[in-house]
Amino acid sequence: MEIIDLEKTFLDKIKEEIKIEPKDWMPVQYRKTLIRQISQHAHSEIVGMLPEANWITRAPSLKRKAILIAKVQDEGGHGLYLYSAAETLNISRQEMIDLLHQGKAKYSSIFNYPTLSWADMGAIGWLVDGAAIMNQVPLCRCSFGPYSRAMIRICKEESFHQRQGFDILWTLSRGSEAQKQMAQDSINRWWWPSIMMFGPNDDASPHTKQSMDWKIKRFSNDELRQKFIDVCAEQVKLLGLSLPDKKLKWNEQRKHYDFGEIDWQEFWNVVNGNGPCNKERLAARVKAHEEGAWVREAAMAFAEKRASPNPSKGGEIVAA
Amino acid sequence: MNKENKIKTSNISNAGKKDWPLWEIFIRSKQGLDHKHAGSLHAADAQMAIENARDVYTRRMEGVSIWVVESKYIHASSPEESASLYDPANDKAYRHPTFYELPEEVKYM
Repeated sequence: MEIIDLEKTFLDKIKEEIKIEPKDWMPVQYRKTLIRQISQHAHSEIVGMLPEANWITRAPSLKRKAILIAKVQDEGGHGLYLYSAAETLNISRQEMIDLLHQGKAKYSSIFNYPTLSWADMGAIGWLVDGAAIMNQVPLCRCSFGPYSRAMIRICKEESFHQRQGFDILWTLSRGSEAQKQMAQDSINRWWWPSIMMFGPNDDASPHTKQSMDWKIKRFSNDELRQKFIDVCAEQVKLLGLSLPDKKLKWNEQRKHYDFGEIDWQEFWNVVNGNGPCNKERLAARVKAHEEGAWVREAAMAFAEKRASPNPSKGGEIVAA
Repeated sequence: MNKENKIKTSNISNAGKKDWPLWEIFIRSKQGLDHKHAGSLHAADAQMAIENARDVYTRRMEGVSIWVVESKYIHASSPEESASLYDPANDKAYRHPTFYELPEEVKYM
């Protein structure tokens, strides 16, 4: 078939909401966009384990510790679902990990902020996972089958993450004055980075239109950000706390909350590697990977040895 | 100072190294149902694939049985063949019970 026919078949499928599967023909740029987006998403899940792992040993009770371990384990799992989805596009796991470790692949900037208090586990769950869910729910309808299936699984699991975060803040907000203060301080630090998670404004986001035409994205950055702010502005009232934005105000005409100016310079600064924890996070990943190399090699050597038919090489002797 | 400021990245490339083999995972969600494809993962051998599948795909009681198959053993039809493979079924509507118009009096059929 001619390329032009292949492309027409592809676009017809997108139009009719028929999912694209890995063996189907797809434009080179569609494949590239998906590899970039899915691997970046996978890296975010894996790097995202680090800020929370920081508090596993210091969680205030056994219950909170068990919950936090389960959440971090979920994130490892989510990374795996996503790496697998990206691998169906003909990039190997090793290549993706190399790109991350060489500093050539990005992950969500939010994980370059430090977790200074226990309340941060609450704010991360409520705000960071909340923002992630807002982004991820529409991705369940993404035009690429494996990504869409991974997202459906992830969203199912993610909702406990947000609830446990809100639960932490809710508990603190009804505690002592110091606990309440700790919760407020944490919200103050995480609010702005959380709403930056939706990415640059629409007019500064050059890939958005193509991604929406291909139905990889369903809503623009600004639409999702507004939706998230509207939800949080109400939820924070239940906590008896506030969001650190003096311009946050209900706009009866727009039926949305108005909000203050985002510091995009900070955003690009962190994206470009100068956030508070960029070095630490990447160094931790590289260290874990390098120190685990012997385990990966040993497991492979053991598997090969067991599969070997020759008993002198350690293979199993099959009874005659 | 400059050196310290630089992000430590890895010089070790995995390019020459092999990933652990890829495995396709099939999960039976409860007795009486088919095993269904759940996803894939890397593992050194079948036993590790089953253990990893337990951790990755059944953390919330999603399964009572796991099959693992090394991905290289899965053979798939190609999308380009779909016309020749599936179109012939299109004009055989008589294979469906709704094709037949029966007298209204007929019961239990």
